[in-house]
Amino acid sequence: MSRAENGTPLVDIRNLSISFGGIKAVDNASIDLYPGEVVGLLGHNGAGKSTLIKILAGAYQADSGEIWINGEKAEINSPRDARDYNIETIYQTLALADNLDAASNLFLGREITNAYGMVDDARMEAETRKIMARLNPNFKKLKDPVSALSGGQRQSVAIARAVYFDAKIVIMDEPTAALGVHETQMVADLIGELKKQGLGIFLISHDTREMMELCDRVSVMKNGRMIGTERVEDVTEDDILSMIILGKNPRDQAA
Amino acid sequence: MTDTTNTDEQDPAQAEEGAIMRFMRATELDTRLLGMVAALLLIWVGFHFFGYFKNGFAAFLTPRNLWNLSVQTSSIGIMATGMVLVIVTRHIDLSVGSVLGFSAIVMGVLQVNILPEYLGLGHPLIWIIAVIAGILVGALVGSLHGFLIAYGGIPAFIVTLGGLLVWRGMAFLIARGETISPVDSTFALLGGGPYGAIGAVGSWIVGLGACAIIIFLAWRGRANRRLHGFKLRPMWAEYFMTGLACAVAIGATLLVNSYPWPKGIVRRYAAANDITVPEGGLFISHGFAIPVLILLAVGVLMTILMTRTRFGRYVFAIGGNPEAAKLAGINTEWMTVKIFALMGGLAGLSAVVASARLGSATNALGTLDELYVIAAAVIGGTSLSGGIGTIYGAILGALVMQSLQTGMVLIGFDAAMQQVVVGTVLVLAVYLDNKYRGATK
Repeated sequence: MSRAENGTPLVDIRNLSISFGGIKAVDNASIDLYPGEVVGLLGHNGAGKSTLIKILAGAYQADSGEIWINGEKAEINSPRDARDYNIETIYQTLALADNLDAASNLFLGREITNAYGMVDDARMEAETRKIMARLNPNFKKLKDPVSALSGGQRQSVAIARAVYFDAKIVIMDEPTAALGVHETQMVADLIGELKKQGLGIFLISHDTREMMELCDRVSVMKNGRMIGTERVEDVTEDDILSMIILGKNPRDQAA
Repeated sequence: MTDTTNTDEQDPAQAEEGAIMRFMRATELDTRLLGMVAALLLIWVGFHFFGYFKNGFAAFLTPRNLWNLSVQTSSIGIMATGMVLVIVTRHIDLSVGSVLGFSAIVMGVLQVNILPEYLGLGHPLIWIIAVIAGILVGALVGSLHGFLIAYGGIPAFIVTLGGLLVWRGMAFLIARGETISPVDSTFALLGGGPYGAIGAVGSWIVGLGACAIIIFLAWRGRANRRLHGFKLRPMWAEYFMTGLACAVAIGATLLVNSYPWPKGIVRRYAAANDITVPEGGLFISHGFAIPVLILLAVGVLMTILMTRTRFGRYVFAIGGNPEAAKLAGINTEWMTVKIFALMGGLAGLSAVVASARLGSATNALGTLDELYVIAAAVIGGTSLSGGIGTIYGAILGALVMQSLQTGMVLIGFDAAMQQVVVGTVLVLAVYLDNKYRGATK
């Protein structure tokens, strides 16, 4: 535990809890993330992974607990606040407005405006063209609504958002769930690329094998509680699976 | 990513496409718009010749009828532009007719019973205060609706259904059911009529001014495309589109200028201004009616709002995916309040036009308007499932609705038959639109 864990963590989530109508969706969960690191969140449906991450993204407000970013306590009460901390989220549901084109989606909520306060569509399209040429050179349908795009193309619009706005912390909620083999590989390459640039990435997935390949550390949640966080080289896939299913950390028992 | 989406210019399928397709692509003409214009022309020509064969005279395609048509379209058209925003964000507003009636009564009471007492009858401020009050009342009612929908969690259908009853009732209560008249004489000009039109010279200024703006926009659009290295339209397409738009503007000017004042009004006007009427009468053009200019101004401003501002972008985003809009940091609740406030304000403006045209305020003013407004927006291509709609479409939709109405009156259909036809057309229009959308997907 030497390489990543020296210095201040990029994100330090401490004892976060949130309830929905008496059910503790997240129960006293703590997790941290260092620059250039990919931390995977694993667990069954309803284990609290997405909820935890949505608190960080500003979509939900925690009942208790703290979020520290770069060693400072952060107040995240809305998606806008999260953006101010350079947190970008790529949602499972993609969170794109289907009726708008790629540029409008990429810049949604952060439109480029001209001197008169009017949205500058031409400039946004030009910027989109530039970033897409980098991320996905096959991307040509700039004028079409994103509903006309394939799953991979839609995903690249969502990822372009994170890249374009210089995110420091990227949250990916099942980024490959709807994708084919090639497209999944593209996302994996991109995660490697972002990592090299020193970004911190939270990755949520059901695919344990994929997580073992992509992540530096994996955290397992069950019933809202954090079961344990392990470096991927220290555990086997079976260890992870038993954590997911039994809700116990086998290494704790061994020790 | 290796999924291939061949939209390259060298695509062989495109090389073989017909001249019509090439023309459409080059001009970037909206096929929906063309369809609507075609439907409109069909209605116009149809009624014209139907009248000719059935009654022996064709009255539809005359300057007089078309001028009246433009005035009659104004009130519904103004509200339809606002309804586009409401429907695009997956809401509905059933209260606009009642809000119109309520706002008209407030303005009527203000300018007939209250303001003359303090300012004196015919004071120039009266109409200004009345108009501002009318729009403000509408906007306040609208924002109340929006607030209940966004923060109270009550469906828009229910809130505005309640509003439909409440504001009609309030209009009755304020005026105790009386008709309030006459409205201020300056105020009355906002409703059209011979004096409420801007005349030949004014119309030429408007028409040529519109041309100048069209040419400027075409030039700037091209410059902007070049600046960002986008593909340019072929020059002939630019000339064609600019020319067509200018032709429409100048054609409309010629049309409204060829409709003269009625003889009686000319005589009175001549007598009042010491003009001797020459042999054969004096030809004084109506020109564009003021309510039509109000509609055009609203149309331009609303189009700018919807296509060039963040507000408009967020309206479409909310309509396309409310959750995505929220996650993008858009305050969707506050947007809802603003959208309904805008709709209410436009209903207030429509109340100005409608009550000025009538010369009085009655509590029945605007009854059933909500249905025509919704129909206009929907015929104009606004999708009830949200996310899609245009301002010009809604205005054209209002024109289609009014053309049907006027046409049937001209050929002598009774009210019952008119309802049957209008209802059928609405359903048919949406059916065809669905088919069209399915085909282009």
